[in-house]
Amino acid sequence: MLTTPGGTLLVMAVLVPFVGVLLGLTLGGRHVWRVAAVTVLAGLAIVASLASMLLQSGDTVVYLLGGWAPPLGIALRADSLSVVMMLAVAVVICGIGLYARSDFGSVAGAAEARAPFTFWLLLLAVWGSLNLVFVSGDLFTLYVALELVTFSGVPLVCLDGRGETLRAALRYLLFALAGSLLYLLGAVLLYGAYGTLDIALLAERIRPEPIAWSVAALMTVGLLAKTALFPLHLWLPPAHAGAPAAASAVLSALVIKGSWFLVVRLWFDVMPGVVTLSAAQLLAGLGAAAIVVGSVVALRQERLKLLVAYSTIAQIGYLFLMFPLAFDAGGSALVHGPALTGGLLQAVSHATAKAAMFMAAGLVYAALGHDRIADLAGVARAMPITILAFALAGLALMGVVPSGAYLAKKLMLDAAASSGQWWWEGVLQGGAVFTAAYVVLVLTHVMRRPRGPAQPLKRVSRLSEFAALFLGLCSLLLAFAALGPLPGDLVKNPLAPGELGTTLLVFLGGTLLALGLSPQPLLAATRGGPLRRTMTRAGIAFEHSDGFVRRWPSASIALLTLAALFGWLLLARPLP
Amino acid sequence: MSDALNIGLAGLILGLALWSIVAREAFAAVEGFMAFGLLLTLAWVQLHGIDVALTEAAIGGGLTGALLIGAATRLRSTEAAARVEGPGAPTRWLAAGVSVAVTAALAVGVLALPVPAPTLAPDVAAHIAVTGVGNPITAVLLAFRAMDTLLEAIVLLFALIGVWSLAPDRFWGGRPGLRQQADPNGILAYVARVLPPIGVIAGIYIFWVGADHPGGKFQGATLMAAMWLLVMMAGLADAPPISRTWLRILLVAGPLVFIAIGVVGVVTADAFLAYPPGIAKPLILVIEFALMPTLTLILGLMLVGAPQRGPLP
Amino acid sequence: MSAATLFGLCAAALIGIGLYGLIVNPHPLRKILAFNVVGSGVFMLFGAIARRGAAAGMGGDPVPQALLITGIVVAFSATALAVALLLRLFDETRSVSLASDAPDKTQPGVDDV
Repeated sequence: MLTTPGGTLLVMAVLVPFVGVLLGLTLGGRHVWRVAAVTVLAGLAIVASLASMLLQSGDTVVYLLGGWAPPLGIALRADSLSVVMMLAVAVVICGIGLYARSDFGSVAGAAEARAPFTFWLLLLAVWGSLNLVFVSGDLFTLYVALELVTFSGVPLVCLDGRGETLRAALRYLLFALAGSLLYLLGAVLLYGAYGTLDIALLAERIRPEPIAWSVAALMTVGLLAKTALFPLHLWLPPAHAGAPAAASAVLSALVIKGSWFLVVRLWFDVMPGVVTLSAAQLLAGLGAAAIVVGSVVALRQERLKLLVAYSTIAQIGYLFLMFPLAFDAGGSALVHGPALTGGLLQAVSHATAKAAMFMAAGLVYAALGHDRIADLAGVARAMPITILAFALAGLALMGVVPSGAYLAKKLMLDAAASSGQWWWEGVLQGGAVFTAAYVVLVLTHVMRRPRGPAQPLKRVSRLSEFAALFLGLCSLLLAFAALGPLPGDLVKNPLAPGELGTTLLVFLGGTLLALGLSPQPLLAATRGGPLRRTMTRAGIAFEHSDGFVRRWPSASIALLTLAALFGWLLLARPLP
Repeated sequence: MSDALNIGLAGLILGLALWSIVAREAFAAVEGFMAFGLLLTLAWVQLHGIDVALTEAAIGGGLTGALLIGAATRLRSTEAAARVEGPGAPTRWLAAGVSVAVTAALAVGVLALPVPAPTLAPDVAAHIAVTGVGNPITAVLLAFRAMDTLLEAIVLLFALIGVWSLAPDRFWGGRPGLRQQADPNGILAYVARVLPPIGVIAGIYIFWVGADHPGGKFQGATLMAAMWLLVMMAGLADAPPISRTWLRILLVAGPLVFIAIGVVGVVTADAFLAYPPGIAKPLILVIEFALMPTLTLILGLMLVGAPQRGPLP
Repeated sequence: MSAATLFGLCAAALIGIGLYGLIVNPHPLRKILAFNVVGSGVFMLFGAIARRGAAAGMGGDPVPQALLITGIVVAFSATALAVALLLRLFDETRSVSLASDAPDKTQPGVDDV
């Protein structure tokens, strides 16, 4: 194993944002924004050249730090997975940077202010740390990278210093730390058993035996806690809903993808033969539960930002559906294939769409001074670009052609059909219906004619609106970008009868769910039907169970119980 | 070393850990934790990890203990309210059950570790000559896995930025912590005058010998940070306002020098963080020397906390 | 029993003790303390593994020992950030409860999250 040409780009992708933080800290004050702008441009160029290089050669890019080969040294590696994630993160960072220009831009002559100063430094910090997560080939360096992501993400939660956001940040930090300890524990045991922490070497040495099973269980649940997969999501809703919109976008679109990516690395690249189909079914089962609970509770929310935050929980669930679909024909090992590509596309479309949604929600809040969903009438007319951004992002998440989520759904549906796992087909389609439900809910409210006189609106920055629109568009058109490496017949004409029919069904189902579950009646006529009463009761029951699961003792006991469950499912493998 | 001594040590460690979890008062729990840290140091010596023992004593026990003691004192009034929130007996039993299950699984794992144990010690021994340093741990930290050490300095810096970001807006740019009022003729002031020169020399010594013997920049920097904190606690010096340019420069100097030497390595030794043959040891010493003030300041400032006083007019 | 095995088992027990505290202690400071106990357990386990790897005239495998130093410093950073966050929460609300519906005593009428 040797350094490949262009490997220096990997070092630069990590270090350029970090050097940006160091310089921003030194220069301080009004220069921070400029440093951030230059760094974002440089980082974008680095990632773009890395991507074009990988697209041409198709080989993994490797860099041996200090010239020392593993197991003694540390290698950086970028395969197509890493590069796709790096590209997505770079684009989203760019969009967030443009969006935050008006909120956190510098004012000539003003002294250094806390929130803008820390926001820009933390944005770069998150970026460099995530790039490190994507390229590091060493499990201990990855532990440090995970902590870097957490330490730069947590202060973003409480950037405005209100008590409730401080509480949310502390919950997040403590639960994330518990998760990282379990991850580190797994890494320690791996070293004890196999004498290396290098991913490629471990993949060769690891055997399906008790110590590998316990490691897989511990590391997986530790990472799930940091990703906030149901039922380990206690920290996410208040943290993501309370932060300033630009920070919420960073947290929801990017930060959770770091630990998710590590689960993918661990399962697909470190121990593809150690994990079992039944463990993957459990992982995807948690994902399905996340979709249902997250979506229903999202529909019950009265505030837009909380709705968007809860929908993140549902979409995190979606990201785990690919695991049982990615096994080889015999069901004995995970393989890189269409299902993984689908999962990756899902992550990228969620990153862009979720950032756009939080930005749109933030703009609505800034304009109205509140984000109560029931009082959003007339907003679509007053802020068409913002609402268009929200709608495009929503369509993209629903999986309408030609969004990335569409392609993702298609790849995973094919994988489910070919492996005979019909139940995941149902979950995949159902997830789209749930997404449609809350998009329809919000759009109905914003397009409604205001009853009284129009509400006074504060002007919001055009640049911010267009930044949100840009990311929404990216998400909706993602399928075209993916077509370079993927076969062209995957994308159908959106107006073909079959596609149109599916889209309509999804919308219809979504509208019914929204009618039944939303606390604010969508139509006067639906105020008191028996069906609605039943659905409301079910919705409240879901809210209560979510509240119970999100209590600290329940969540932390669930964490360890899941570890035991995963260990058991890995142990109980079918005989060859 | 006799088994009986080790078993006694392990028992004491477990007892103190249990105490720090179940003690009623947070202050008492933290005291237990500090004693626990001290005994851990002995365990590290028994495990032949002298460098780790020094780090554990300095950072794990010392600085963490000081941080927690300070917090426990300030939060005493909140403990009664928290006790009411405690979960009921079923939850406790369930928690105990899953914790015991984890311990049992880990114990099985420990006993199932392979024999002979995999080790990289021969690899380190084979390549240590190239680095020019005599302490194998320093060779790992600053040559074979230098990236981790660079990242660790960056972790500390990010955590400090995070701590600072918790300041109320009006105090941004001001001095961290509260001004300490101490009797200028009291015993604390006396100690704070006498001890720091000795402590600083000891810190530099620990740093200097670290290249070839147990010790190094972290342990040295912790000692220096402790001396600085002592001087601040005695009211002889005040924490600098966080907007000071010299402070900001010193905070980034260590990592920047580290990165710069790493980049030079790309040109002269064909890899980032590689050292040209023959001058590896001097370069390692330069990096450690540049990291010392950065680490001392970061460790000290993390203990002092977020800015709590207005910036100077 | 060798010191490595003994302290390895001790580490497993420390992790269990710490996890119990992390789950049941409602006070955030006690959770931070418990986090440090679990952390010490993980580190001690790594130390035991390092000791098992003694070879080439070294008393322990220097790679895990070096990683331990990094790990201890990272854990300290986490503790410092958590304590700072906790103290600020206390200053702001005079309460340190992590329950999501805890009253915010200084800001009446804030939406519960």
